[in-house]
Amino acid sequence: MHIIEFKEVSHQDILHHVSGYFREGRITTFVGPSGAGKTTCLKHINGLLSPDEGTILFKGEDIREMDVLELRKKIGMAFQSAPMIQGTVYDNLNLPKAIFHETLERDRAEDLLRRVDLSEAMLDQPVKSLSGGERSRVAIARTLVNKPDVLLLDEITASLDYRTVKEIERLIRKLQQSYGVTVIWITHDLDQARRVSDDMWFLKDGKLVAFGEASFIDESDDPAIQRFVRGEA
Amino acid sequence: MTFLELATALVFVAIPIALTLILKLGLERDIVIATVRSTVQLLIVGYILTFVFESESPIFMLLMIVLMIGAATQNIIKKGDGIPGITWMILLSLVVIETLTMGLMLGLGIIPFEPEKVIPISGMVIGNSMVLSLLFLNKFKDEVERSDEVIELILSLGGTPKVAIDRSLKNAIRTSMIPTVEAQKTMGLVQLPGMMSGLIIGGADPMEAVLYQLLILFLILTTASISATLVGYLAYPRLFNDKMQYVGLTYRKGKAS
Repeated sequence: MHIIEFKEVSHQDILHHVSGYFREGRITTFVGPSGAGKTTCLKHINGLLSPDEGTILFKGEDIREMDVLELRKKIGMAFQSAPMIQGTVYDNLNLPKAIFHETLERDRAEDLLRRVDLSEAMLDQPVKSLSGGERSRVAIARTLVNKPDVLLLDEITASLDYRTVKEIERLIRKLQQSYGVTVIWITHDLDQARRVSDDMWFLKDGKLVAFGEASFIDESDDPAIQRFVRGEA
Repeated sequence: MTFLELATALVFVAIPIALTLILKLGLERDIVIATVRSTVQLLIVGYILTFVFESESPIFMLLMIVLMIGAATQNIIKKGDGIPGITWMILLSLVVIETLTMGLMLGLGIIPFEPEKVIPISGMVIGNSMVLSLLFLNKFKDEVERSDEVIELILSLGGTPKVAIDRSLKNAIRTSMIPTVEAQKTMGLVQLPGMMSGLIIGGADPMEAVLYQLLILFLILTTASISATLVGYLAYPRLFNDKMQYVGLTYRKGKAS
């Protein structure tokens, strides 16, 4: 089933008539040269941006017809810089609840930390003292608080060392399998995309050049894709 | 004091000009402009005030207040660049503050309805509001630019724009109010406040000067809190669109800050 579908989506000068879909329960990566419109495309999925033209469907329903705040609760997003509010790890895990004047139980917070391979002892640690990898994991754990159907990841491993990158990749695969969550992941690293993807979207200059089973990236005879694979674009 | 005596006091302008020339600070032109402008502006105000006080007409008094609000708004709008519609927000907040404070003071009989009282106190209220609004807008824009990722994060978690901007808004309100509160703590210890000094030099009884100064201090606390809060709560929705998306500061073309 297609959990999300883009139909002729255009946005300013950034996206042009993008049509494609994401399959439920799979990991899809966005790849393509920088400036291709990957982040813009991603932000359309949870309504942080809206198309000037075209339609986006979530489980078959036009997202314009949906309550945007409810939609956002169903679609978690982890940002490249893993932004944190001041305070402890718990304060940050509690954020998705605190904004609705609710509280996250400490047991659940500890469980979330274990799920992202962090020790529950870190709960009261100030976020300032976290390493880059730990920040990324806390940011991922935070997206899980609302039990989302879809997880949007924007270059979450961009500034991490190779070992941590591999650990985060394993973690995302584990979460996708245990929660059945659909993952849509922007990466500038084609090798990472090859390792983690079930499906891929290849974007260039705001256009969706190709999408589907990830293997297309190495089999395509499209010149733009071949140039990207050779590292020339 | 006579004009001749004031002219002698120009020696106090000559000293900084000499210093800036010796140290090559390049400020001499600004000092001359500032001196000429303040002299001309204050002399004009002096003549206008004399006319308004003598006429004893509430219409002229009102006109004077409108003029002050207009001039203060004009002064602030540059700082509001990036927030669409900031001009009317500032105007509205100045009108609200002036109406509220004057209404309370006249209504409770704290001051009599006389131009000699209403105009200078209005001037201080509007002037302080202006400074506070400037300070607030500076802090608010800083906060917003620094926390744009957290704002989008909270929106992405399903929070409303009000929740998303809450921390930035309250931080900016708090930090813009702190100088006012701190300054009042040391009031009278280090320096005598301007108005009180003015009254004493003008021959008023020191205790009466103190009472008026305290009134002004209390007023300033109100103007500080209302200016920042009102401008803040009017301005923040302009950083979002009707789809609860963050649009941020939208600078006019050709301006980067």
